[in-house]
Amino acid sequence: MRFGIVVNEGPYTHQASDSAYRFAVAALEKGHEIFRVFFYHDGVNNGTRYTVPPQDDRNLQKLWSELAEKHGLDLVVCIAAAQRRGILDANEAKRQGKDGDNIAPGFRISGLGQLIEAGIQADRLVTFGD
Amino acid sequence: MGTLHTINKSPFERNSFATCLAHASAGDVILMIEDGVVGARKGSSFAPALAAKLASCAIYALGPDLAARGMKPEDVLEGVKLVDYAGFVDLTTEKARVCAWL
Repeated sequence: MRFGIVVNEGPYTHQASDSAYRFAVAALEKGHEIFRVFFYHDGVNNGTRYTVPPQDDRNLQKLWSELAEKHGLDLVVCIAAAQRRGILDANEAKRQGKDGDNIAPGFRISGLGQLIEAGIQADRLVTFGD
Repeated sequence: MGTLHTINKSPFERNSFATCLAHASAGDVILMIEDGVVGARKGSSFAPALAAKLASCAIYALGPDLAARGMKPEDVLEGVKLVDYAGFVDLTTEKARVCAWL
């Protein structure tokens, strides 16, 4: 089956990103496909590579990036939510006149249309948030 | 096929759990995750409402989230079944859609 996953909450807030990650891993282990993971609202904060949690804590950004690399996942960060929270890729940094970008490996910035498409293309859309 | 309802907040924190119980149709499935698993506790003031819903809906709690909150399987209301993340995935495939009560 083909899944879309929505993450509406940042890392280390409650548990949404952890739950979504563990759900994604379990789905992939069962042979399901993940069409896209869409990070919305504070969920965009999962996608900054400047995340530096203590060494004995889980690094959710790194976990997502590694999962994306291993399974070719499409991790999409909502552009409007990202701009409000200072999540930028190189193009956006240039366009906004900022001095650097911080998007994490495996993540890309795009629009809400990507969420709509995930809702259409996926057999199940599973949402995690606050 | 019905709907899988996921509920991630304790019924003692928000009223979303009560709203979920009011909305879930017969044959739907309810899965408690994250702080939602607190609602599974046997003997709580919320337990009668959950027990009543068991007559029309299958109700599950996510085992790892129960354990993370110091709850043991014997603390859980009778009739509530436990699943792991693989079981969570299976529940999403068995129902036609997933409704997250955030």
